[in-house]
Amino acid sequence: MLILTCPYCGVDADETELTPGGEAHLTRHGPGSSDDDFHDYLFARDNPRGVHFERWRHTYGCGKWFHAARSTDTLEVFGTYPAQTTEPPKDICDKISGERPGWSWRIFG
Amino acid sequence: MSLRLRDGGRLIDRSARMAFQFDGRSLTGFAGDTLASALLANDKMLVGRSFKYHRPRGVVASGAEEPNALVNLAQGGTFEPNQRATTTELFDGLTATSQNHWPSLEHDIGAVNSSLARFLPAGFYYKTFIHPRPFWKHIYEPFIRQSAGLGKAPKDRDADRYEHFYYFCDLVVIGGGVAGLQAARVAGEAGAKVLLLEQSAHWGGRAPVDGGEIDGRPAEAWVTDTLAVLEAMPNVTLRSRCMGAGVYDHGYLLAYERLTDHAPQADGPRHRLWRIRTQQIITATGAIERPLSFAGNDIPGVMLASAVRDYVVNYGVAPGQRTVVVTNNDDGYRTAICLKQAGLDVPRILDARETGGGALMEEARALGIRIDCGRAVGKVQGGKRVKSVQVCAQKGSGSALEEVACDAVAMSGGWSPVVHLWSHCGGKLVWDDVQAHFRPDADRPPLGRSGQGFVAVAGAANGALTGAVADADAMARGVVQAIGLKPGKGIAPAETQPEELPIEPVWLMPAQAKTELKAKAWLDYQNDVKVSDVQLAAREGFESVEHTKRYTTLGMATDQGKLSNINGLAILSDALGQPIPQTGTTTFRPPYTPISMGAIAGEARGDIFQPVRETPMYGWNDSNGADWEPVGHWRRPYAYVRSGETVHDAVMREVTNTRENVGLLDASTLGKLIVKGPDAGKFLDMLYTNMMSTLKPGRCRYGLMCTENGFLTDDGVVARIDEDTFLCHTTTGGADRIHAHMEEWLQTEWWDWQVYVANVTEQYAQIGVVGPKARAVLETLGGMDLSAEALPFMAWADGKIGAFDARAYRVSFSGELSYEIAVPASRGQAFWDALLEAGKAHGIMPYGTEALHIMRAEKGFIMIGDETDGTVIPQDLGLNWAISKKKDDYLGKRAQERVHMTDPDRWKLVGLETVDGSVLPDGAYAVAEGTNANGQRNMQGRVTSTYHSPTLGKGIAMGLVKHGPDRMGEVLEFPGTDGTVFKAKIVDPVFYDKDGDKQNV
Repeated sequence: MLILTCPYCGVDADETELTPGGEAHLTRHGPGSSDDDFHDYLFARDNPRGVHFERWRHTYGCGKWFHAARSTDTLEVFGTYPAQTTEPPKDICDKISGERPGWSWRIFG
Repeated sequence: MSLRLRDGGRLIDRSARMAFQFDGRSLTGFAGDTLASALLANDKMLVGRSFKYHRPRGVVASGAEEPNALVNLAQGGTFEPNQRATTTELFDGLTATSQNHWPSLEHDIGAVNSSLARFLPAGFYYKTFIHPRPFWKHIYEPFIRQSAGLGKAPKDRDADRYEHFYYFCDLVVIGGGVAGLQAARVAGEAGAKVLLLEQSAHWGGRAPVDGGEIDGRPAEAWVTDTLAVLEAMPNVTLRSRCMGAGVYDHGYLLAYERLTDHAPQADGPRHRLWRIRTQQIITATGAIERPLSFAGNDIPGVMLASAVRDYVVNYGVAPGQRTVVVTNNDDGYRTAICLKQAGLDVPRILDARETGGGALMEEARALGIRIDCGRAVGKVQGGKRVKSVQVCAQKGSGSALEEVACDAVAMSGGWSPVVHLWSHCGGKLVWDDVQAHFRPDADRPPLGRSGQGFVAVAGAANGALTGAVADADAMARGVVQAIGLKPGKGIAPAETQPEELPIEPVWLMPAQAKTELKAKAWLDYQNDVKVSDVQLAAREGFESVEHTKRYTTLGMATDQGKLSNINGLAILSDALGQPIPQTGTTTFRPPYTPISMGAIAGEARGDIFQPVRETPMYGWNDSNGADWEPVGHWRRPYAYVRSGETVHDAVMREVTNTRENVGLLDASTLGKLIVKGPDAGKFLDMLYTNMMSTLKPGRCRYGLMCTENGFLTDDGVVARIDEDTFLCHTTTGGADRIHAHMEEWLQTEWWDWQVYVANVTEQYAQIGVVGPKARAVLETLGGMDLSAEALPFMAWADGKIGAFDARAYRVSFSGELSYEIAVPASRGQAFWDALLEAGKAHGIMPYGTEALHIMRAEKGFIMIGDETDGTVIPQDLGLNWAISKKKDDYLGKRAQERVHMTDPDRWKLVGLETVDGSVLPDGAYAVAEGTNANGQRNMQGRVTSTYHSPTLGKGIAMGLVKHGPDRMGEVLEFPGTDGTVFKAKIVDPVFYDKDGDKQNV
């Protein structure tokens, strides 16, 4: 029963208000893409122990999609930010670096 | 024998007699008794039978850790199995029955298992019931199921009420003993919003029984005073009979309050589940005494030493008149002293330590009790009661030195902190060599969302078996600061207790016990796990404690190893030749003690289990014969059944009348999504397989929606309202899902597109007026021009129909002349009434979903959820005409280009017609020649929709068949579930009016 802060309405939302949306920062591969790229986009997901970036929707609140940076082992939440971006914001990456030097997640870190 | 003492009993009221029944016998107790104390007061030593060997079992503990005294309570709608007698407060009229025996508690056939114990070791079932294989299903499994399980499941509907309660605070203190009280006081004085929970009906925990002084007063007086201070604080809430059940992520906590279990006649809910969000949690859950593992330690009359003195001090009940005390620590002496002071006989204290104990030993000796050091119980003699104990040397193998007659044994193997709530959310433990127990490792707490610990432990639960108040004081001060408040200046109250010498761990008594003794030394009473079972498991290679638990069933069942856990893993560690910390513990999982299913359900039962969505015409439908069908959260009329009709008759009548005259359909449940903005057309081109941006305002188009994985997910008619605005109809079950689907893509992929989506499903009542006389009915009402010229097929228009503001769509899902008319939801019933009145002369009748289904199937229209199941793409259904070839991209397009999606062997939609006119079974498979790798018949197709068509007078069906469209006229075989084989011919899926002349008039 996580609590995540919705970056749009500012509410500290209980998990029951939220819908999980899986891994964040996926790149859509449409017509013209290779079979491998399309397969990875649709099915291949990381399952890291530690730092992870996820999509969540404040379904029973403002309805907005946002991203959360959190640790899958300690459940610490490093920060949440709007979904309209292709990379995590610098201040959240800096915060993670402060607590977990040497972290990496896909191309970020 | 056990008996009520002449006086004493701090919790009972001897002036208030309570009558109760146990196994049909009428007994009495006093107000304040637990069922266990009342049974002991009536010399009911035997209260149940064990799970595997059906051994006679008596009360062993005095609280939540009780493994033996489980009973059935009440009858009928309030019946509940597996209730602990030790935590059941007595009330007048209580009825209880014992469990796990046949025909009676005294004479139990299953006890024969006990004499076969040699043949029923750990893993017995796994080893025995393997061969011969065919025996499993018809002989072994029914036999095991018959003997499995404790108690019986209730048969009647639960007659009680339950509720959920949400609560938010700074700090929850779990446990109302002296540590919990002090912690709450420190936090309360600092101004924190505090909730203090106590699982029993009484505050103060063990302290009032165990004695000692706090702040210069007897412990009980300090408890009373502190409680008064807390009750006066507006920021502190106290709840007794309320157990902290589970600690979850980020400060979520469940608590279980038993409101009327002790007073069943009282009004109000029986249980309340507290759903709490708190910044910090202090668990002050105390410690539980461990049994000692000696032969016969399960015979009724052998009890925990602490429980023995609880019964004497709290209830004025003596479990025996001659009690042998056996201990490996100083605390056990308290029981001997307490018994002696109550005037009872203590023939012997056996202290496993060679040098004995400290101040408490001297006190006991001064009372004239004989104390034998370095001595142990070799064996308890007795069957349904204790008769005597054989005394032996702790260091030996159990050779009897003497036999001491007694009727009770009080045992103390040391104390294990209750670390469950600390551990639920990941708090780690450390092994304390001095006190011989696991206690919380303060450096590795459960972490909250900030990465900081949110659970602290105070008092005995923290390993502070003495000095609990000071420990709680210090702990609470730290927690107050973590909350962001300043602790007050007060100093911790001083505690005065006798000096104690260290415990000496005893995991097996005597240390070198012979095999026949180990096979009678119980670790887990409820599940009949003995020392020899755990040693066997270790020999057979079960080295992980989690594996040993499952192989032997140690620590399973209702008490979840509260008594057996540490003793069992110490035996396992010894057998494996490794230190206890290396073996570790099994996982502690919530809830701490079992909670009722009713409390979990709360108010969510009956009509409000899942609220039903109702259309504006719901009431009319309900009172006009609607046979309800659940569709999503809605209820839709399957058919409107008239008196004298079967449901089938009604469906046939409705189809025929709609085809010949005119029908009314409550279509309000269809999803209605407004998609608006300069990029709305572009957006819908991505969402639908069709081209929607070219649709002209005033026109409608049927569209298909796929997931990014290519599979068909929804369909419906899209109407273009103006240049920037579309109204998308979805399926009844799809409105919320498709709305969310649109939002997801708009917010997370195409966030720069200017589009807004609103779900207006419930803003409109939508009514289908369907059939050859539909136009005539509407023209009777007057208003807007609904002629073929003014409103052609697949057009829509706004206007007035009669007195109603209406939007009319010329669409048809039945193949008939058809209008779907939307009016404001508040006008829905009035419009429905007006249509019924206007249609009287034309034979108008409402029709339900089944008539709708039959008419669409006659026309070969697909239904999402029938023809689709999440593995079907539009191309499978011959819907290529609805897939734009001009678009570069739409959701699902790339997926549909994958090889297995373009495979010509994919099953495709066809019509199916039985050769004899009968109806194909739904979901039936068409078999092909040969068998697959599993030896099953090969398949070549399946039925997706099947009905009797009254229009055609025969069975019609649709199905997906391999190469189906190329095999017209071929006859397939569909085996039914009853052995009959249905033969059906592959035909065109459009059975009725293929050219569409009827709908386009």
